[in-house]
Amino acid sequence: MDAYTDKIKEISKKILSEGKVDVVIGFRKGTLGYMSEPYMAKSEKEAENLVFDCNCRMNLVNYVTNRKDKVGIVVKGCDSRNLVTHIIENKIKREQLYIIGVPCTGLADKKALLDLAEGEITSVEDDNETITIKGDGFEKKVAKSDVLQSNCKTCIKRNPVIFDELAGPEVAELEISDRFADVDEVEKMSADERWNFFGELLSECTRCYACRNACPLCYCPTCFVDESRPQWVGKSDNETDVLTYHFLRAFHDAGRCTDCGACEAACPMDIKMRYFTRKTIKDCVEKYGSEAGMELDKRPALDQYKINDPNEFIK
Amino acid sequence: MKMISIKKSDWAGAMEKVQKSYRLAGPVKEKKGHTFRELKDGETPDLEYSETRMSVKEVVLPQSEVMFSYSLDENKEGHHILEEVPFDETPRAAVGIRPYDAKAVEILKKNFMTEDYKDPYFERRYENLTLVGMAENNPSPVNFSTSCGTGPFDESCLDIILADAGDSYIGKALTEKGEKFAAAAGFAEGDSGVEAKLAELKEQAEGKIKSKVSFDKIEKMTILDLYEAPFWEEAAFACINCGTCTYACPTCWCFDIQDEVKGKDGVRMRNWDTCMSEVYSVHTTGHDPRHEAWQRTRNRFMHKLKYYLDKYEDGIMCVGCGRCVSQCPVNIDIRKVCQQMNDYEPSK
Repeated sequence: MDAYTDKIKEISKKILSEGKVDVVIGFRKGTLGYMSEPYMAKSEKEAENLVFDCNCRMNLVNYVTNRKDKVGIVVKGCDSRNLVTHIIENKIKREQLYIIGVPCTGLADKKALLDLAEGEITSVEDDNETITIKGDGFEKKVAKSDVLQSNCKTCIKRNPVIFDELAGPEVAELEISDRFADVDEVEKMSADERWNFFGELLSECTRCYACRNACPLCYCPTCFVDESRPQWVGKSDNETDVLTYHFLRAFHDAGRCTDCGACEAACPMDIKMRYFTRKTIKDCVEKYGSEAGMELDKRPALDQYKINDPNEFIK
Repeated sequence: MKMISIKKSDWAGAMEKVQKSYRLAGPVKEKKGHTFRELKDGETPDLEYSETRMSVKEVVLPQSEVMFSYSLDENKEGHHILEEVPFDETPRAAVGIRPYDAKAVEILKKNFMTEDYKDPYFERRYENLTLVGMAENNPSPVNFSTSCGTGPFDESCLDIILADAGDSYIGKALTEKGEKFAAAAGFAEGDSGVEAKLAELKEQAEGKIKSKVSFDKIEKMTILDLYEAPFWEEAAFACINCGTCTYACPTCWCFDIQDEVKGKDGVRMRNWDTCMSEVYSVHTTGHDPRHEAWQRTRNRFMHKLKYYLDKYEDGIMCVGCGRCVSQCPVNIDIRKVCQQMNDYEPSK
């Protein structure tokens, strides 16, 4: 990963000094050994702070929405697909962007790292195959595949789909045998079982909206949960209102979600809300043959109408 | 002050006994780790935990609390009149909370129970509550409570303090409320060695805390100097303005009042609110004094580390539990921000 970091710094300094961009949005080292913090470098000197590693869990496309300046941005494969959707949806112009693509070998699951630690984690090193967790009086090496974030295990595009420059050579894409096994399990449940499963899944939700705010798709000026005239949803910890929030958010993201995993990585309660968004991904793939954000000239599945759209499933 | 010593093997029995006269809240081990919540009858607070994501705030200031109910049905007597909802007067105890979380309750009191104004909902919950603390022998790496005028063994705001002494829990009943609870639980009396052992454990635990913050220079700066300091945009850049820090924080006390009606029956309730949200600060005119995301982040830190400090002259609005540090999705770290504020030298 150090090679990625060096290359990102090098590209960033170059584009900042040449005036190609006003700022570069990337990550810097966090105060905790297992965290990297979204960061905006405005000068060559600040670009020296940029890093990339398996702790870069946020999707930086979230930080470019409606920006008016020229922006350099660091994107993983999934993030690059959100950038495509952002460009299609007029949230940023391609001409404003200098895209630094990271061929990604996946992110480390925060909770998995913490479970392995025997005390304070001071650093997490990643050589694309092995993760080394170092801390106060301990050091542990684990295969990266054992601590991958769950979305990274079913990733369909590790290499960016759109970029101006790459931070390293392209990596092999994953061969996934059973991409939607988790969704299939839920689909097999009876209605009652599923209702209980969802209730249990969300029982600890505090409606902090970290999942929504970490999501580059959630850029509505006022979210439906915050509207007061009319008020669509109650504001308390009522179970129905909590379910309504999560279901509607998933539907709003249908056909646009790239499964970047920022929502789950952001959740302070470890809620697996990707069960909902992944169902919408599965439906868009199976019913419309559409993957979000793969091409600049292809609008999201539910954002267009074609006379020959498949419709067997709505009879 | 009564010393307590109870064998760990007797703990569940004592809790079963005490539940005859108290409703309990405490740490419970669940699939994803320990949570702090209301206990069902027969559930035992599990004292062998390191941290709970939510704090005792939930007990004195619930996330959602119904204040009144009403009917909009004009055929009913008393329609359109707010009626108080019944309050369960059974004594409650929060068992196994960290001592610095009890200090956080004391901070909440500065808002809800002042000399001039007492919030009846908070007050009745507080008066009814016994705070049974569990000292922390191994504070987490993000714990900086000793910098915040409290600590892992702080007795000042608890009714009972307990500590893990191997085979047994030892401690003290610190108040009358505490003595009543100890009697109801049938805690065995500890010998004279308890005090010395507590002091020893305290010294060890406090020694393990390496995380520190200073705010000595913040109080000497003017509000405007700090408010206009150049570092805010950068410090807050990563912030996604979710409510994680404010909800996890045991001292964040803001709430919002909502009416909810189903059919013809309605309630007026109050819910936790968060200054990170745009709807928190936007005025009815549409003007929002904290329109930019980073301005809302600045406000939270200014409130905790400057406005509160100036207004109450009693330290910062933070007990150093570290929840916001470990739960923040983007690693905004109050320790770093506090340091930045304290180190700031306004140019003349």
